[in-house]
Amino acid sequence: MEVLLDILSGILLAAGSFFILVGAIGLIRLPDVFARMHGAGVTDTLGAALFIGGLMLQSGLSLITVKLLLILVFFFFASPTSSYALANAALSQGLKPWSRDEKAKDEKEGAS
Amino acid sequence: MMFAAATAALCVAMLLALVRALLGPTLFDRVLAVNSFGTKTVLMIAMLGFLTDRPDFTDIALLYALINFVGTLAVLKFFRYGSFARPGGRAQQGEGE
Repeated sequence: MEVLLDILSGILLAAGSFFILVGAIGLIRLPDVFARMHGAGVTDTLGAALFIGGLMLQSGLSLITVKLLLILVFFFFASPTSSYALANAALSQGLKPWSRDEKAKDEKEGAS
Repeated sequence: MMFAAATAALCVAMLLALVRALLGPTLFDRVLAVNSFGTKTVLMIAMLGFLTDRPDFTDIALLYALINFVGTLAVLKFFRYGSFARPGGRAQQGEGE
């Protein structure tokens, strides 16, 4: 039983690490703020959920599990709220979402 | 062992977020990167608790999650209105634009 829980939580932690790394790479590679929010979103939802799920399996039935669950619940409320606030602030500052046409234009200007 | 591996993955991800915070062309890129860094810090603190056999660290992680959220909103509000004190209601947003 113990071994099974260990293996299961190892799988969850590995999957969480994968999604967190994917989110971080997205944060670096994607073209503008609005696109990068997708990368941050992957980290905040799937990455954090799998990670904390893995930790919860390790801690068993105790107060620690409840606290980890609280962190998870808080993430699920806070992450969309702060993403919305960020997108709203960026839009009201006049930032235009990235599009393919602008990219082509930028490359032409960069070449000349 | 698996805690150490997960911590290493978190460290790499935090490094990438820091790179984005340093490079970020606009303010919002930096805020996004710092927010993401904070999320990873919460996970890291919770993880360190298990890594060092002191799971009480989850309290600190919970506290850090709360502070991170409020901090992000405060920074955004500060750069939008230039002050923490002015209310950000809809009427005033309309005036500004």
